[in-house]
Amino acid sequence: MLKLKNLSKTYKTGDTALSDVTLEIDKGQLVGLIGPSGAGKSTLIRCINRLVEPTSGEVWLGDVDLAQLGRADLRHQRRRIGMIFQEYALVERLTVMENVLSGRLGYVPFWRSWLRRFEAEDIRRAYELLDRVGLLQHANKRADALSGGQRQRVGIARALMQTPDLLLVDEPTASLDPKTSRQIMRLLTEICAERGLPAIVNIHDVPLAQSFMERIVGLRAGTVVFDGPPTDLSEAALTEIYGAEDWNTMRREDDDDASVPLDIQDAAEVMA
Amino acid sequence: MTQTLPREWAHRAPAQRAILWLGWFALVALFVWCWQIMSKDTIWAFVWDAPDQALDIGSRMMPPKWAYLPQLMKPLWDTLNIATLGTVGGVLIAIPVAFLAARNTTPSTTFLRPVALFIIVTSRSINSLIWALLLVAIIGPGLLAGIIAIALRSIGFVGKLLYEAIEETDPRQIEAITATGAGPAQVLTYGIVPQILPAFWSISVFRWDINIRESAILGLVGAGGLGLKMNASLAILAWDQVFVILLLILATVVLSEWISAQVRKAII
Repeated sequence: MLKLKNLSKTYKTGDTALSDVTLEIDKGQLVGLIGPSGAGKSTLIRCINRLVEPTSGEVWLGDVDLAQLGRADLRHQRRRIGMIFQEYALVERLTVMENVLSGRLGYVPFWRSWLRRFEAEDIRRAYELLDRVGLLQHANKRADALSGGQRQRVGIARALMQTPDLLLVDEPTASLDPKTSRQIMRLLTEICAERGLPAIVNIHDVPLAQSFMERIVGLRAGTVVFDGPPTDLSEAALTEIYGAEDWNTMRREDDDDASVPLDIQDAAEVMA
Repeated sequence: MTQTLPREWAHRAPAQRAILWLGWFALVALFVWCWQIMSKDTIWAFVWDAPDQALDIGSRMMPPKWAYLPQLMKPLWDTLNIATLGTVGGVLIAIPVAFLAARNTTPSTTFLRPVALFIIVTSRSINSLIWALLLVAIIGPGLLAGIIAIALRSIGFVGKLLYEAIEETDPRQIEAITATGAGPAQVLTYGIVPQILPAFWSISVFRWDINIRESAILGLVGAGGLGLKMNASLAILAWDQVFVILLLILATVVLSEWISAQVRKAII
């Protein structure tokens, strides 16, 4: 489905963010991309839809090499790649519905988007997706009126509105609390499973990556140093990716994170 | 941790302190020197006379000649029109100039951006009164000269504030719209316009409010409106009429400031 061949990126400042990354992702596969800050995770996913221009290498999505495309063709291909961002990146002053519909911008002519005259089919799908992510009743609220978790759901709906063949997900939970993070990850994995969508998910949180991803790719200083199922992510592998640290303590703390349900009746009895 | 800790701390090094002291000393010396020049060229007889003169003019202003007010309604209407049409014209031209000047939207940093910045600086560095003076000479006296003068001055003000607002937009929102495969015009209308819209309205209304004040005096150089009446009244030393005009300008300015405050409150 997605094939990266010898992908490299060196910024103008001379910093090498990616060197010679080769990676293949199959249809429906969820890949967690882990690594320390500055390892090139963000650069890697941005090189795929060319929000960052790769210095060299090939990016094959199906039978198109995205790295070779001109502007218009690139815009066409970007429609096939949904992107979800760390801080949601919703257009804050537009409504939830406008944000979701903005996922269709690559498909509709300018005048339609300017006048907000989207096709009836697009509007039906937007409502359907809002229903799927559980925000139907918030459709006409402004995006900045929502909570973090709700905004990320809008972000997911916007990406799906593109009817993408691939999802790029950049730190989807970095701005969320642990419980909301899990809900968002669950929603993402469910949606990918429903549609057979492959996804690359940049993720800081190793335990979260291990519990939700089918495959983990570890990046260090712009090179792939680990590639395998989460079960293979041994202490040695983590040290290879991040450097030495006491990994066992870090993993244990996350095992029982389910919140204690508050029994309202009990509480009421105590009060009485 | 056996290292001895410093016992004293000073905000500035001794050299910095000396420079700072010298700087203040030079400033005071300059002030004294300027004061001497000023008082040397002042004709003190006129200054001692000032309270009497002011009282005299004040007494000539009283009572204000309210009967003059109806004659002022047409010039007032002209003044409002000069301000409003001038603002609209200035804003319309300022929008494309601002997009060309903003670093994140300009199509060319080497050519178009400097041109846009030059337009903004030129417009800002010349006072509306000077623009009006030039325009009255070019297209003759009247409202049109006033409208264009106000518009020309507004381009720079609105253009500068607007391009700063464009540069301060959140790049992540723009990136997200770009990532959907949107074209450049769509990125502009979905990614950037919603972010700058509040700033745009607030800047425009603020400029309109300033323009009301400025257009009231443009008549002094023949560009129509209340200033024309002011000039006429001053020429015949009709201080009671001048006072009515001043009060009317004050009332208009207070009203326009109130409107602009309301509009800005509603937007933000």
